[in-house]
Amino acid sequence: MIEVFDPSMVNWARGQFALTILYHFLFVPLTLGMTFIIAIMETLYYKTQDEFWKNTVQFWVKLLAINFAIGVATGIIMEFEFGTNWANYSWFVGDIFGAPLAIEGIFAFFMEATFFAVVFFGRNRVTKRFQLMSTWFAAIGSNLSALWILIANGWMQNPVGTTFNLDLARNEMTDFFAIVFNPSASVRFVHVISSAYIASALFVIGVSSWYLLKNRHVRFAKASIMVAASFGFLAAIFVATLGDQSGYTVAQTQPMKMAAMESLYIGERGAGALVLGYPDPAKKLGDGSKGIAINIEIPYLLSIMANRDPYSFVPGIEDLVYGNEKEGIEGVASKMRKGKMAKNAMFDYKAAKSKKDEVGATQAKQMFEQYGNYLGYAHFDNPEELVPPVGIVFWSFHIMVGLGVSFIMLTALFLFYSRNNKLMKKRWLLHWGCWWSLMGILAIELGWIVAEVGRQPWAVQDLLPVKIAVSNLSTGNVQFTFFGFLILFTILAVAEVRIMLRAIKNGPEGV
Amino acid sequence: MFSSMSLVTLQNYWWVLDSVLGALLVFFFFVQGGQTLFWQIGKNEDEKTLLVNTIGRKWELGFTTLVTFGGAMFASFPLFYAISFGGAYFVWMAILLTYILQAVSYEYRKKEDNTLGQKSFESFLHFHGVFSVLLIGVAVATFFSGSEFRVNDYNQGTWMNTAKGLEAALNPFNMLLGIALVFLARVLGAMYFINSIDHDEIIERSRKQVLINTLLFLPFFLGFVGWLLVRDGFAVGADGVISMVPYKYLTNLLELHFFGIGLFLIGVVLVLLGVFVTVYKESRRGIWFSGFGSFLVVLVIFFLAGLNGTAFYPSYTDLQSSLTIYNASSSKYTLGIMGYVSIAIPFVAGYITYVWRMMNKKDMTMEEIKSEHELY
Repeated sequence: MIEVFDPSMVNWARGQFALTILYHFLFVPLTLGMTFIIAIMETLYYKTQDEFWKNTVQFWVKLLAINFAIGVATGIIMEFEFGTNWANYSWFVGDIFGAPLAIEGIFAFFMEATFFAVVFFGRNRVTKRFQLMSTWFAAIGSNLSALWILIANGWMQNPVGTTFNLDLARNEMTDFFAIVFNPSASVRFVHVISSAYIASALFVIGVSSWYLLKNRHVRFAKASIMVAASFGFLAAIFVATLGDQSGYTVAQTQPMKMAAMESLYIGERGAGALVLGYPDPAKKLGDGSKGIAINIEIPYLLSIMANRDPYSFVPGIEDLVYGNEKEGIEGVASKMRKGKMAKNAMFDYKAAKSKKDEVGATQAKQMFEQYGNYLGYAHFDNPEELVPPVGIVFWSFHIMVGLGVSFIMLTALFLFYSRNNKLMKKRWLLHWGCWWSLMGILAIELGWIVAEVGRQPWAVQDLLPVKIAVSNLSTGNVQFTFFGFLILFTILAVAEVRIMLRAIKNGPEGV
Repeated sequence: MFSSMSLVTLQNYWWVLDSVLGALLVFFFFVQGGQTLFWQIGKNEDEKTLLVNTIGRKWELGFTTLVTFGGAMFASFPLFYAISFGGAYFVWMAILLTYILQAVSYEYRKKEDNTLGQKSFESFLHFHGVFSVLLIGVAVATFFSGSEFRVNDYNQGTWMNTAKGLEAALNPFNMLLGIALVFLARVLGAMYFINSIDHDEIIERSRKQVLINTLLFLPFFLGFVGWLLVRDGFAVGADGVISMVPYKYLTNLLELHFFGIGLFLIGVVLVLLGVFVTVYKESRRGIWFSGFGSFLVVLVIFFLAGLNGTAFYPSYTDLQSSLTIYNASSSKYTLGIMGYVSIAIPFVAGYITYVWRMMNKKDMTMEEIKSEHELY
């Protein structure tokens, strides 16, 4: 039989995974973006041979190194937690999911490991030209690792190129290139890395603004802002234009997540996108109320974003849970029935196979082929289980979007005043820059919450619920390591932040 | 090329590749071994810093090899990934914990405001240097001694021992391999110092450590190998049924011919040759002999575990639950795709070697440590 595990254990396993990624994601965005900012500066050094750029690079490399170490530390746990916490997941979809992780190791991690060593320690050991190349390779390597992990994640959101093998009771890869070019993965990759570029640019701008406010390292700070603001502004515009594509992909592949992001309970034609409003706390699923308080919206915008058609229907949470015949949406109850038929067919198939009853096996197989796509739904007892936590998803999404808008403004202003050299007079902007230095990272964390909490209760969309994906451990086992890592990561993060602040206070040398 | 290979060929091919990564990991254990020698070889703060900075520039390679080994195992034998990581939970978590400490300790060791103090980060490095190697050795030894787990019809695993993997550390056979690896790592670490530092006293003290640790390594290693070759092994028949076969691993060693006994003997001779030229010929290149020798020996140990009809991750509580390269592997399609990916491995090895040579062209010296901008 397929075992269903203790729900509290499932939650602890999820909590541990969330904790790991939360910490990992605090540090990784800076690595993804700062490597490029540093590569641009190293290129300027190579072109101008001006020692000023070398010293500038050296300071940002120092901060990068402090940050890189803890990013690596939290990363190794993440990879192995797929096995330790999600053993059934590892088998059930390992045939697909393992490949991008292995490719990430072979192509990206070795590139990072090799060339970061040169970036950090190569200055007196390799030629200037090779130092420059290594800086770019380190940047490309770290971004390649993001590519492969997001291809893996994109597959969990939109499982393409896959078929179910009844004999082994697992999913198998049928089309590698469908997985690599999965629209959910491509959009996600570009969105994540460009957000990381913004976060890194804001960090560089924030630190440099602080120097300008203190009237320290003025030339260095201005030059750093110039590079970072150009880079960040381009990335921010890019994220905004791409936001449309992200929305479209989510609506097409994960309509429930889309509905939760907008707290849209009752679907409509010509749906508007929310400008002002919040999820109504009194809302009960199935009571037919709108579920949103205040509700000022831009008409037709949501329909345009979701389906590229202003008059199209955007399903709400209740349409997806209870079905909507008029719009041709199948309810969860019906999917659950089909899922249970698929599950029974799978058991019948196994039983027939073990009795060497080929006729019975063929019949069961035919039955399974009819309903196999709904197998994931067999594990639910109640249609309402399919609704993700709406409040968390809604707020994370809307705060993220708000922050995104502020990033465009902030980087544009910094770029504008850098170019006409009025930055020192705009102290309010410098203050704003300081305060916003970590907001990019906050926005990324929120985006991750939208993506992952919005996917609940699925580990793999429509294929595998998290409650079936876990390892066969006791709650106590996971609690033990959960608190162990929580304490360890927190201590290390405190150390990291203090070291970083001290390095910033000490400032760059020679500039 | 790969798409026309049979499933069995691909399963063997991937076991060989995973073995190469495992063997490479042991070669890179010179970093871990070096981490346990800072106090014995460095007699003052400057010397210690020189040692830390010498070996610290290579830590990411071993770290990355472990991650890639994990990823490759996941892609090629996902059932192993599921059963072992999800079952022998505490052993793997303990290993990961030590790697977390390693990743931050070099960088934070000497930084101002590092909160825990230099001593703590140095002891983390020491701790990692011993325990990561010991526990990985113990975990690999269970490939021969087996574990307590059961796999049901739907390939969901249950670990039968409540210690969740830590019980492996109580098995003397497993410990022999773990301890042998700790001393081997120290031999390699000392050799790496000799290879890359220009400092007479450090080289002298490192030589002494090579000799001492070789003498400590040998009894544990010979004990492990001797026991391995006389014990019963977990064999898998053509019908997929697992049975205990006397002298299975000895048989494998002989039946694999050059890839068994041949490489094994070459490996052992190279390890000893490396020690010999280091200690008695004052050579600085011992690491290359002993390092490559260790690589070959570990490679053969992995071959013995998985090739020639052997269950590589056996269960002694439920023999038929044992994992073999046949029942634990990915599909033919995935193994084939990953086969194409593996073509890149020589290129990766190529640039790693190229950069290594460039970075190690000049010896590490006290002067460099004192003038270097970026330091561990």
